[in-house]
Amino acid sequence: MKMVKSLAVIGLACFASIANAADRLTVYSYRQAFLIDPILENFTKETGVKVDVVFSKKGIAERMVREGRLSKADIVLTSDFYRLMELVEKDLVVPASSDILKQNIPAKYRSPDDEWYALTMRVRNIYSSKDRLGKLDINYEDLADPKYKGKICTRSGKHPYNVSLVASMIAHYGEQETKTWLEGWKANLARKPQGNDRAQVKAVSEGLCDLAVGNSYYLGKMLQNPDQKQWADAIEINFPNQDNRGSHINVSGMALAKHSKNQALALQLMEYLSGNKAQQAYAEVNFEYPVKADVQPSELVASWGEFKADDLPIYKLAEYHGAAIKLLDEVKFDL
Amino acid sequence: MVLGLAKGWSVAGYTLALFIIMPLIALIVQSFLPDEAVFGHLFNTVLPTYISNSLWLMLWVVVGSLFIAVPAAWLVAKCQFPGRQIFQWALLLPLAMPAYVVAYVYTDLFDYAGPVQGALRSFFGWQTPQDYFFPEVRSLGGASIMLALVLFPYIYLLARTAFMEQSASLSQATRVMGCGPWKSFWRLSLPMARPALAVGAALVAMETAADFATVSYFAVPTLTTAVYDTWFEYGSLTAAAKLSTIMLLVIFAMVGFERFARRKQKLFQKQSTPGELDIYPLSGLKAFAATTYCGALLTLAFLLPFIILLQYAYGYFSESWNEEFFEYSFNSLWISMLVSVICVAIGIVLMFIRRISPRRADILPSRLASTGYALPGTVLAIGILVPFTRLDFAINDLVEYLGFQGPGLILTGSSFIIVCAFTIRFAAIAIGSIENSYKRISPSLDMAGITMGLKPLGLLRWVHIPLLRKGIFAGLLLVFIECMKELPAALLLRPIGFENLATYVFQFVSDEQLEHGALAAIVIVLVGLVPLIYLNRSLEQDN
Repeated sequence: MKMVKSLAVIGLACFASIANAADRLTVYSYRQAFLIDPILENFTKETGVKVDVVFSKKGIAERMVREGRLSKADIVLTSDFYRLMELVEKDLVVPASSDILKQNIPAKYRSPDDEWYALTMRVRNIYSSKDRLGKLDINYEDLADPKYKGKICTRSGKHPYNVSLVASMIAHYGEQETKTWLEGWKANLARKPQGNDRAQVKAVSEGLCDLAVGNSYYLGKMLQNPDQKQWADAIEINFPNQDNRGSHINVSGMALAKHSKNQALALQLMEYLSGNKAQQAYAEVNFEYPVKADVQPSELVASWGEFKADDLPIYKLAEYHGAAIKLLDEVKFDL
Repeated sequence: MVLGLAKGWSVAGYTLALFIIMPLIALIVQSFLPDEAVFGHLFNTVLPTYISNSLWLMLWVVVGSLFIAVPAAWLVAKCQFPGRQIFQWALLLPLAMPAYVVAYVYTDLFDYAGPVQGALRSFFGWQTPQDYFFPEVRSLGGASIMLALVLFPYIYLLARTAFMEQSASLSQATRVMGCGPWKSFWRLSLPMARPALAVGAALVAMETAADFATVSYFAVPTLTTAVYDTWFEYGSLTAAAKLSTIMLLVIFAMVGFERFARRKQKLFQKQSTPGELDIYPLSGLKAFAATTYCGALLTLAFLLPFIILLQYAYGYFSESWNEEFFEYSFNSLWISMLVSVICVAIGIVLMFIRRISPRRADILPSRLASTGYALPGTVLAIGILVPFTRLDFAINDLVEYLGFQGPGLILTGSSFIIVCAFTIRFAAIAIGSIENSYKRISPSLDMAGITMGLKPLGLLRWVHIPLLRKGIFAGLLLVFIECMKELPAALLLRPIGFENLATYVFQFVSDEQLEHGALAAIVIVLVGLVPLIYLNRSLEQDN
């Protein structure tokens, strides 16, 4: 009897979760829920369309491969360009053609085939300790300079942000030279790669290291958080490679899921995300650089100054992504 | 016991067993597929480190757990000292504490910015990390200590029972021959408890192998985290399956060892009631040392992390006390309850068949069904997704062929998959618990029942189940606690929009902001405490 009853309960639980109305969209997101929720809530208010967000740090593409044509995903949001490329590579998205999207997002921030669109830009900065180093004119190449031995902190080399930095080095210097650079960087680490970008800022403020690699928006978020402001206050933000090729840029973005059952509605949401209101929200809430030309970065971000960005086209980075991960394993960066 | 058992029972037994080992089979099949040389690359670069990290971690955690659990178990079982009554059950409490929470709390205390190093620096006037040496918390050694602190109760529980069951007359004999407590411990108790210790050590080793959260927080890559990363970074399910298979080989070697140890145990152990005569009264310095030891252990493994959690939860109460918190608590509760009921039902069916079936082949299903526990959550997730995704597509194809709209991913896209995974992973615990209870039911009762005309179902309903009550309850509780804490399987399998307390807490831990998840962590701990205390009571009454 117990068996029968429990099976019945499982059955009910399953069917309860199937229900999915027509005026609902499902967003699979690598981006954290707290950031996109307010934007999506506004969208719901304006259009009446409910949006469910599934947040996951890892494995969304793998999940979509498995779900195939039964996938519920309508739109995928990513925090890294490679995840966008991966979606294209695995044949999980379809082109989203819309004049509004093209108008809002400059050509260099979208795929030539309309398969993905960037939403925000982020810079891979090098933070330095205010007390010990001050503001620096520094290049990524300097991370391998022996004078910083035991003074650098970073998150896992395998994190997408670092992988794409390594990929950009390969694009500029080739694999062999990048490997030497990686070995030098690893030799300079103050501790094994760990924690997130926020943890690196904290480590600098504590004196554990003098330099750290991190995305700019973390700094903005920490300055806002009363518990963390003191960490952020202890560091300077530096835009690397300003005298030569420019700082490494990554983008967050979106793509239309191949098996979306409601592509018209999904497109509407994509257009909304590329519009002024959403772009403004991204800039204000998350301290990122909006891609839409006429939307300004937040005051705080603007106060960090202008910078020169690396011109390397994004698709080039994707080409070297695999090689970058392999190099990281070869030099045992995380071990 | 010989009773004409209908073939249907055997079929049911084998079906259940097949369901439980299905992920294992799927995994092995998957691991034979080609993987675009990802595995070869891993093998040549980082895999040796992953394997050695896993093995060292298991070794250190087992050694550490034995080292702290055995003295505590012996003191509590054989000596009288202040606080013994409390330590008896309180030393089980760390089991309710997820290891990654303990890891977080200690990292906060002991890392460079923590109060401990801060105090040292200001006392000695050190300025930078180069000025002095302090062991790194986030390291293999640190992870070993954290895991040993929460896993030692497995060994403690088994060792305590073994010490208590050791015949009183034997230990009295040693006393007559002039052995003091120390000698009696080394020459009699410890050697006799060896099989129980081996079982406990194997359990601890398996739990260590399954740990995902602590090692990933500590940046100590092991086979478990490698499975996860290989799947998602290289996008290769097959390479991940290959890694999983290596891991399983290691684990099965341990399970084999555990079985071997248990076989011996039968020869050693005899039931007897220990009298109070058997207890060494400690006094003075010795009693103080015993109390201090147990007290320190309890403080480090449970009280201190728990108090810090309470502090966090108090400070962030208004942010944490929200709708999500209730939703995730509810998810954790209903899944844990449902899974424990299913696991116990499976245990009853399989052990019943094994007990009364005349067919030798009917022993096999309960054995097979116990292998699920050896599958760490990450490995299990890969194994279970492969066949169930196929099944999902088959269902949709069929429904659409019949002219209806397909139901979508009803198996892999719903909580069903989590319930299945937890059931497969924890059925072994319920089976073991019921097996133990069955051993205490005399076969003559079965015969009496049959003589009185009971059919198999009647025998189960009217004779066995009432007598198995304790085993059933213990099984329910143990499975329940494990389900509340299980993280990796939930992390990989949770359906759209689904979170439970474990995934919720871990999300904060990996973001280095446990403060916000402290309330949820406390619920995991508290809900686990009640069953633990009850369980301990019933074990004590048995003795």
